[in-house]
Amino acid sequence: MKLIEAEDVWFSYNHEVMALKGVSLGIGKGETVALIGQNGGGKTTLAKHFNGLLKPTKGRVLVKGVETRTLPANKLAFTVGYVFQNPAHQIFSSKVRDEVSFGPHNAGLSSDEVERRTAEAIEKVGLKGYEDVHPYDLDYGKQKLLTVASIMSMNPEVYCLDEPTTGQDHKGRWMVADLIHRLNDSGATVVVITHDMRFVAEVAKRVVLIADGRILADMPTKEIFEKSEMLRSAQIKPPQITELAHSLTRYNVPASILTVTEMADALQSILRLHQR
Amino acid sequence: MVGNIIAITVQDFTYAYPNHSAVLQEINFEVRKSEMVGIIGPNGAGKSTLCKSLNGLIPHFYGGSIAGSVTVADMDTMKHSVAELSLKVGLVFQEPSNQFSGVSTKVDEEVAFGMSMMGYPREEMRPRIEEALHAVGLQGLEERSPYELSGGQQQRLAIATVLAVRPEIIVMDEPTAQLDPVGKTEVFQTMRDLNGKGYTIIVAEHEIEAMAAFADRILVLDHAEIVTQGETRKVLNEVKKLKQMGIDPPSVTELCEILRGELKIDEGKFPIELNEAISLFSRVLREHAK
Ligand SMILES: Nc1ncnc2c1ncn2[C@@H]1O[C@H](COP(=O)(O)OP(=O)(O)OP(=O)(O)O)[C@@H](O)[C@H]1O
Ligand SMILES: Nc1ncnc2c1ncn2[C@@H]1O[C@H](COP(=O)(O)OP(=O)(O)OP(=O)(O)O)[C@@H](O)[C@H]1O
Ligand SMILES: [Mg+2]
Ligand SMILES: [Mg+2]
Repeated sequence: MKLIEAEDVWFSYNHEVMALKGVSLGIGKGETVALIGQNGGGKTTLAKHFNGLLKPTKGRVLVKGVETRTLPANKLAFTVGYVFQNPAHQIFSSKVRDEVSFGPHNAGLSSDEVERRTAEAIEKVGLKGYEDVHPYDLDYGKQKLLTVASIMSMNPEVYCLDEPTTGQDHKGRWMVADLIHRLNDSGATVVVITHDMRFVAEVAKRVVLIADGRILADMPTKEIFEKSEMLRSAQIKPPQITELAHSLTRYNVPASILTVTEMADALQSILRLHQR
Repeated sequence: MVGNIIAITVQDFTYAYPNHSAVLQEINFEVRKSEMVGIIGPNGAGKSTLCKSLNGLIPHFYGGSIAGSVTVADMDTMKHSVAELSLKVGLVFQEPSNQFSGVSTKVDEEVAFGMSMMGYPREEMRPRIEEALHAVGLQGLEERSPYELSGGQQQRLAIATVLAVRPEIIVMDEPTAQLDPVGKTEVFQTMRDLNGKGYTIIVAEHEIEAMAAFADRILVLDHAEIVTQGETRKVLNEVKKLKQMGIDPPSVTELCEILRGELKIDEGKFPIELNEAISLFSRVLREHAK
């Protein structure tokens, strides 16, 4: 059984717009999956189905075998945590600490446990020292990290992160990447939405490409970035370093390169080989 | 294209939000008309604060304490109101929903809002609305509520509301953060085209690869100060310095820094765009194969 299963999901916000048009996909325990695709393609809409914030107009979504339509959203929050694309849609407390402790507190955990989880989550996203700051006085990048922390304190099995890298600098991106790797190592499942293809290449093994409410492709990261034309039709470009590799294949540079380090290694070995 | 007319002068500018310590320290720079200048820097460096200082929101809306001066389109921001300044300077906010008037129920009304505040006649507004929505790829969504758009579509709308007003100076605070990769390039291209028509563009971004292809100059902000400013290539070639500050240089530039020994090229001559990197590496690999 998959942890999350979407079966022919259709969804419309109102009667004119059909935001999802027959989406089917399964996500297994421990996977890290990236959802990518053009603006308005349906990524956020799909992710909100995973934690029951939205229910399908037609079709169904199962979380651990149970249909989301039969579950209240607050029940699902223990299994699937969704971090909003826009931090302003999620943040409502006037202190960083309260924002992070709200979930576990509301779930009725002991105050020791609430405190422990809050401190741990704040520490993990690098916001230690900001406990008493008003969330809106944080810069945008830190607001995004705060919204991740307030889901971490719930300790869900699945994390849906909607554009966690938006507005992050180099350090913030690495912190989010590292966080995802650590969550994964601890057995959690991660669904991450992002427009940062360099980030996708670094963290996800599987990519789902979404455009116009449909899944265009669902395949390993290494394969999808070789399909330049299909990506282009969904307004996506591969990471710059992968595009460089594609232009150098006639010199034996592998087209499957995803990171700067891989590229540097490949070029170094080609250059050395010829020197001998 | 870039003339000698000065569009923006920031002189010894220091700013602190009320009851906080300074988040901009002794800032000095000039921007000429028709230039595109990028502002980069790690989270919390002060990029948004600087953007808000260019259209008068700081000090008029945020208060706080100030030293030095900011002059845009020959107006001292301290001495002119936000309304007066808004005729010449448009700001695209980092957070798109902060851009919205909150009173428009439709996308096209939202784009019209800024113009109607300035008293434009209706006939003149229609073509401008169309042009602005087209520029950001939102044609067809005129009737939709601004709040019934995806995140990226809202960001596109925020850009359109400023484009429609056609202020001669456009300041954009991470305008492409939520845009899809092709959309990011298209927005930068649109801004570049505006440069050609005499508009001056300031853009704060973490999106360095798009910036590399379009900006004339870059200012690097770190911990409230400008630590480097100069021509785009020169600034982006300082790979180590950028990474230390928490900024990602373009991938191809970073690659050249790693392969510096093998490539035998100096810092300052590293490619910053994909096409340059393709020609460089094709040449190197071709020569090696001989
Ligand atoms: N309204 C405010 N009141 C008090 N402090 C603020 C306010 N807005 C921002 N700050 C602080 O000012 C500093 C600079 O913030 P600013 O938002 O300008 O940074 P930034 O470079 O735009 O960051 P980011 O890349 O995350 O958007 C930060 O320390 C931030 O916490
Ligand atoms: N609240 C809403 N009411 C009506 N339509 C909406 C609403 N939110 C989104 N839509 C529409 O549903 C479609 C899918 O939107 P969604 O937010 O899922 O896209 P996305 O892939 O997350 O895009 P982005 O990359 O811009 O965040 C779009 O056509 C969008 O305009
Ligand atoms: Mg979205
Ligand atoms: Mg900012």
